[in-house]
Amino acid sequence: MEERRINVVVNEEPKSVDVEPRLLLAHFLREVLGLTGTHIGCDTTNCGVCTVLVDGLPMKSCTMFAVMVDGKSVTTVEGLGLPSELHPIQEGFREEHGLQCGFCTPGMMMASKALLEENPNPTEEDIRWGLSGNLCRCTGYQNIVKSVLWAAEKLRSEAGAISR
Amino acid sequence: MAQALDEIKIGGLGSSRKRVEDDRFLRGKGNYTDDFKLPGMVHMEILRSPLAHARIKSIDTSKAWQIPGVHMVLTGEMAAQHNLAWMPTLSYDTQAVLATDKVRFQGQEIACVCADDPYIAKDGCEAIVVEYEPLPPIVNPWQSQAEGAPIIRDDKEGQTDNICYRWEVGDREGTERAFAQADLVSKLELHYPRSHPSPIECCGSIADYNSATAKLTVYMTTQAPHIIRAAVAIVAELPEHMIRIISPDIGGGFGNKVPVYPGYVCSILCSILLARPVKWIEDKTGNLISTHYARDIYYKGELALRKDGKILAVRFHCDSDNGAFFSDAQPTKFKIGLIHSAFAAYDIPYGYMTAQGAYTNKAPGGVAYRCSFRVTEAMFFQERAIQAAASDLGMDQAAFRRLNLVKDDQFPFRTPYGFLLDSGQFHKCLDVALNAIGYDDFLREKEAARAQGRRLGIGISTMTEPLGAGNSREYDILGIKMFDAAELRVHPSGKAILKIGSQTQGQGHETTFAQIVTHELGIPAADILVQHGDTDNTPFGMGTYASRSTPVAGAATAMVARKVRAKARKLAAHLLEVSEEDVEWELGRFHVRGAPSNGVSIQECAMAAYGNMPDGMEPGLENNAYYDPPNMTWPFAAYIVTVEVDPETGVWDVLRMVAVDDCGVRINPMIVEGQIMGGMTEAYAMANMQFITYDAEGNCVGSNYMDYLLPTAWETPGFELHEVVTPSPHHPIGAKGIGECAAVGGPAAFVNAVMNAVDDTGVRNIDMPLLPDRVWEAMKYKRDVSGAPPVKSDS
Repeated sequence: MEERRINVVVNEEPKSVDVEPRLLLAHFLREVLGLTGTHIGCDTTNCGVCTVLVDGLPMKSCTMFAVMVDGKSVTTVEGLGLPSELHPIQEGFREEHGLQCGFCTPGMMMASKALLEENPNPTEEDIRWGLSGNLCRCTGYQNIVKSVLWAAEKLRSEAGAISR
Repeated sequence: MAQALDEIKIGGLGSSRKRVEDDRFLRGKGNYTDDFKLPGMVHMEILRSPLAHARIKSIDTSKAWQIPGVHMVLTGEMAAQHNLAWMPTLSYDTQAVLATDKVRFQGQEIACVCADDPYIAKDGCEAIVVEYEPLPPIVNPWQSQAEGAPIIRDDKEGQTDNICYRWEVGDREGTERAFAQADLVSKLELHYPRSHPSPIECCGSIADYNSATAKLTVYMTTQAPHIIRAAVAIVAELPEHMIRIISPDIGGGFGNKVPVYPGYVCSILCSILLARPVKWIEDKTGNLISTHYARDIYYKGELALRKDGKILAVRFHCDSDNGAFFSDAQPTKFKIGLIHSAFAAYDIPYGYMTAQGAYTNKAPGGVAYRCSFRVTEAMFFQERAIQAAASDLGMDQAAFRRLNLVKDDQFPFRTPYGFLLDSGQFHKCLDVALNAIGYDDFLREKEAARAQGRRLGIGISTMTEPLGAGNSREYDILGIKMFDAAELRVHPSGKAILKIGSQTQGQGHETTFAQIVTHELGIPAADILVQHGDTDNTPFGMGTYASRSTPVAGAATAMVARKVRAKARKLAAHLLEVSEEDVEWELGRFHVRGAPSNGVSIQECAMAAYGNMPDGMEPGLENNAYYDPPNMTWPFAAYIVTVEVDPETGVWDVLRMVAVDDCGVRINPMIVEGQIMGGMTEAYAMANMQFITYDAEGNCVGSNYMDYLLPTAWETPGFELHEVVTPSPHHPIGAKGIGECAAVGGPAAFVNAVMNAVDDTGVRNIDMPLLPDRVWEAMKYKRDVSGAPPVKSDS
């Protein structure tokens, strides 16, 4: 099948790659770039484990073609924190036991990131609604909600410290 | 004098230490099966049957072979040449790997294609032409037993009907006598709907057969790698020591990843035939329609009651719908798992039960979905029957339970079906739950609301369940007794590696099993690495399911640590220059009796084991332990749910959910609570929305996440958790299983609450899930609502 060149910034690194038009974004990230932190769960845009940020917006990468991110920027879980330092969202998930098997966690955290950027001070209800496109079978969500609340508080206090 | 160690601070028993596993998962650095890429690897996809029941007239694979990038097109006929068209199930039945004669359920595996990438492999599957001769599909046990029904398993010699097993247990005559003396007999019929465990990660494997060394390595999504190794040795006729099963990080299991599936076998055969690694990663529809289902049991039962509320006897019958192949993953002796653990929490003198399994044209099974071999079905029927009996007697549902629950001074308690309950404080748990929910206040609130036309309801579920199979006298799978092993090696600097035969799928074993060693040896948990999931490098274990890891492998861990401590004591005596009898143990340290300041740490003993051992002592500080549990552990749970049902629409909302769990000693309270909340969410899912059914043609309804509804953060209610601690008297650290209690006992609490909200309608049962239209129908027409398939007929 004829390939097409795409230019995309992934986790702040520019990439220029030839891909088949039918290649899914999730497979592009996992198979071509080796970023296996983005998982694949349902193939029907329901479970959300493949959630990444495309130009800052949460997208389910299993139902998006790689060619659709040409000229855009993509952030995956590998770009969330630093190897040495966890992002407050990652810290929140660890502190509040917001993960068990870990399979939904990258998608859950990326959706949380988009949520907190839009709404830095969410209520429990805001979080439950904001994460309703992401399924988790292990945790029962209660600790995920707490994790995001924890992260929101830390992000706010960090922002406060900077603005002071 | 050395300061005594703080066990909580060093991550011992009772410490909510943060999970070790999280460091990789949070960074996207987990190693799930699909994350591995081996040199020369090809990708396998499976062609599945669109029909539920049909004879295969022909399979033409010629076009698939012509697609560039396709390396293998495997059919049942080719598999048969290697004696692999069929394989044994864990219930001593057989299951087709690739269909040769007939397809027996929608989604059955027909052929597979290996290609350079999964896209080309899918192209290959689409290019295969299969000609079918349709046969009448059978979608429930009643159709399967009707006169003239086609024989689904005509492949089995001597099979003249669609029955796959018959089973009975208990005291039939004693039960009959008790029923003859009853003042009242309370009857209940219901269907526990078919469900699918549906971990978010589907099944998959990478088979890597090395033709030079004849070693087969399989990366696999399995909860039980050691059993799989034995099964592969049997199925593929390969020498067991040349098979290595690696179960890496698992994206949830819930019982779905216990069995051997055709996809695993096909990837192994293709790897042998191609002499290169073959990766198979199932898609969600493949997972939902072909891997083993759970539940799907029809109950008919009754309780013999005295008018003062005492239960005299219980008897019930189960009809299980086992699909096309009888492939329950369960101990050999028990044909419908441990369903006879039903009513174990109650002091009932007599019990008798019968069960019968039917073949149908549905996906095979069933697995124990977040439960210890069908105990979920057992406890659901139990708690629904208990509520119905209380209602028939006109008794308060809490008072009826209090009257009949096993009392503290009755342990160990023998149930009428032969189980021995180890311990518990059932009444205390119930009281904690009733207080937490404000039982009496809610009943008044309910009455007041009813007067305004609002429908409130309260549902209770109290249950104990057997967790932690064996003992080995009674429990085996494929003839292998159910025990577990652990190996512990303490290195010269006092850091340790623990190897266990169980396999985590999110339960946090790498965190909690280290805590057990910390409790026994005083080595900080951060200094202990836990390894599992690789059959070449870990001791034998039956795997992680049925809440058996802490009860069995956890016990093996405590026992091996004690063996290590016994040797360390000899080393301490040598270092302290006293006799062994004069050495006393405190956490992490030995000291001379009567002279606490004169001591040596466990780390100093470890160094001595390698550098300063007494003459004649074998060097090193390591050991192994095989643990054969004397009994199951019996946790207890009291769950109470309050709901409001909308009289106009049948929609119900959870107002509050209180969970009181007694799982004995809690190793890591944070993780225990995580397990309870996860299980409770699945309980809510069962009660509210999650089920798989089939239409009259045998089409699976629930083959993807648009049809198979799983609750999200939005629907899922909040849970209020409480604890009671009754240590297990036979477990080395007093722990009991917990991973499944909420999923087992929870569904009945939700359903009982809704039934309580409609208790003035005379409706006896609404089958799960309690979809709004079912609840509405029950209220509107004042009749029971069955969920048994087919829900609608196309004819």
